[in-house]
Amino acid sequence: MNLLRIKAVAKKEFIHIIRDPRSLGMGIAIPMLLLFLFGYALTLDVDKVPLIVWDQSGTHASRDLVSRFSGSRYFSLQRYTDNYRDIEHAIDSREVLIAVVIPVDFARRIEVGRPASVQAILDGSDPNTATFALGYAENVVQSYSRDISLQQLRRLAGARPKSAQLDVRPRIWFNADMVSKNYIFPGLIAVIMMIIAALLTSLTVAREWEAGTMEQLISTPLKGTELIVGKLVPYFAIGVLDLVLSVLVGELFFDIPLRGSLWLLFGMSVIFLVGALSLGILISIVTKSQLLASQLALVATMLPAFLLSGFIFPIDNMPPVIQGITHIVTARYFVTILRGIYLKGIGLDILAGEAGLLIVFSIVVVSLSIWKFRKKIE
Amino acid sequence: MFERLKSMLIKECIQILRDPRMRFVIFIVPVFQTVVFGYAVNTDVQNVKTAVYDLDNSTESRDLTARFAGSGYFDIVEYIYRDERARELIDRSMVKAVLRMNRGFGEELRAGRSAPVQIILDGTDSNTAGIVLSYTGRIVAHYKGQVQMEQIARINGVPAGMGGVELQSRAWFNENLESRNFYVPAVIANIVFIITMLLSSMAVVREKEIGTMEQIIVTPIRRSEFILGKTVPFILIGFIDVALITMVATFWFKVPIRGSIPLLFGATALFLMSSLGFGLLISTISRTQQQAMMSAFFFIFPAMLLSGFAFPIENMPEAVQWLTYINPLRYYLVIIRGIFLKGVGIGILWQQFLALFILGGLILWFAVTRFKKTL
Repeated sequence: MNLLRIKAVAKKEFIHIIRDPRSLGMGIAIPMLLLFLFGYALTLDVDKVPLIVWDQSGTHASRDLVSRFSGSRYFSLQRYTDNYRDIEHAIDSREVLIAVVIPVDFARRIEVGRPASVQAILDGSDPNTATFALGYAENVVQSYSRDISLQQLRRLAGARPKSAQLDVRPRIWFNADMVSKNYIFPGLIAVIMMIIAALLTSLTVAREWEAGTMEQLISTPLKGTELIVGKLVPYFAIGVLDLVLSVLVGELFFDIPLRGSLWLLFGMSVIFLVGALSLGILISIVTKSQLLASQLALVATMLPAFLLSGFIFPIDNMPPVIQGITHIVTARYFVTILRGIYLKGIGLDILAGEAGLLIVFSIVVVSLSIWKFRKKIE
Repeated sequence: MFERLKSMLIKECIQILRDPRMRFVIFIVPVFQTVVFGYAVNTDVQNVKTAVYDLDNSTESRDLTARFAGSGYFDIVEYIYRDERARELIDRSMVKAVLRMNRGFGEELRAGRSAPVQIILDGTDSNTAGIVLSYTGRIVAHYKGQVQMEQIARINGVPAGMGGVELQSRAWFNENLESRNFYVPAVIANIVFIITMLLSSMAVVREKEIGTMEQIIVTPIRRSEFILGKTVPFILIGFIDVALITMVATFWFKVPIRGSIPLLFGATALFLMSSLGFGLLISTISRTQQQAMMSAFFFIFPAMLLSGFAFPIENMPEAVQWLTYINPLRYYLVIIRGIFLKGVGIGILWQQFLALFILGGLILWFAVTRFKKTL
């Protein structure tokens, strides 16, 4: 390792980057744009579920129940209907997500104190939203049911009977209002950094092979390690810049609570970046072709970082084999670390396992790149 | 014309498929990815790891705990006796919820006074927390109703289990609300989108960078023939991938395919027009493959997230919702999910088909006019 030679390679690579302002601009603009777009646009929160009602009963009691649905902030009553075909069409065309059908004998059964039922038909094709909608609907119906039962009892017993009071007092830690933005943002930083880092470097070595400049590099006394380190340096700078900007955006625009240590966050990010950038270099070294390298970089980083990191889909839900596979997706550790630092404010004592694995991954990828790099023309 | 187009096609196919690693990436990797992601994409909330912090230890508190355990939603992993333990378990993500009942819970309940149950949730994953909270509400409300009825029956001699309204729910298209059925068809769309878009965005710029463009320019090949020659192989690749992945989805994951398969391929053809159009456009305005790749990514990632794949479009701000109208993936997802899960036909999906057709036509036309056969 010769610092002078590393510096020369870094300088050369830096000039390459500066000469192509569009790529550099995108390297910085993409993460920012994505963070803004997603900070504002992406939410898993469900409210205003579009609703259609078929009130066969048409009585005071049924109208009371319907008004509880339309009065709830979770439902927005689109319109009434009087047949199943219409319900079918409304759900098929995604006009509504839930239909509530109140049967003819609804009021009569309540009157005589027999159990009445209300039917809810849901569009199950989006199970996440459907689960929420069903939960809300059950809450509305249960509170209605409780009220009429109490009324009847009062009538029957004359006085207000002593009856059990039981209520749930939820306490949501770390994210009291259950804002999905707080959950998504730290994860998004991890996913974006993973992809950007690998994209930035995945073409660098392949490009030299394709353009033929690798032969010139080979004829210099430059060693493989020096070439790789030199190539990493400028992209590392871009990565750190991206990261600083991301944290600032979270702080200034989205009020994402940063409860843990900022230093720990940057320390972990540096380790993660080295691993992710080296993964790009490794892909570049192995493929020697920009077309293949770009495909492989996206295949290896984008969907795995998006789907297997626990960013949206909980890893606990996956079958054991897939959970095993997620261990080689480093974004997984970084997502856990970022969420832990941001929302839980936990430190290295709890995150030691994830941090250790990040370090192991980075070392393995860097060594693999050095080992795989051949300074020879085949 | 056909002679020239034919030789162009042969050249392109050789160029793409020559490298065995490329064949692997284009045909084997998508299948593998579908299998892995098919298992991974699951937002069903079941067996939530829960700790019970029962300070009362009465019949009532044990009864309520048993209902949580028996509901199928909660998996009780530990009984705890200290506050700090709750904190520790949640910090280490060993449990997602702590159910806490204070001393005197049973007594208060029997006396008809207010008896709170506390549920402490890890709100980091707000989505799961919301679902767990609604499960909790349901279990507690059910228990409460039963206790009330029993008490009243005891006091007044009225038979228990009277009156009340119950909700009977039916989820169409996906009886058990399995999230896999929702996500797997969408994974097909995402994978095809990424592969075709990326391949086509490198198509023209690659020739420019390597210098083979000059050789093509001196040949008598026309602009339209060149573009067709560049896109047709990708269309074939797109179709083969859709067919392969659809087979994985139906045979491996047993995702129901209720609609018409020809319609699915028709939609794929329209969708490929847009994805290849965007790819070619990027390719013609880029100077290097690096630029093309960054630009393609700049387009792919937002398109994926703003497609309704995981985040419902209805929840996005108005302005962003407008933006999604130029996202071909949005329409393709509606079509692909409609065909797979709902089994609906062109009668309901015609708007999406029309949108894809217009979008694809415009983009392709724009890409072709931007392309100049000069240096």
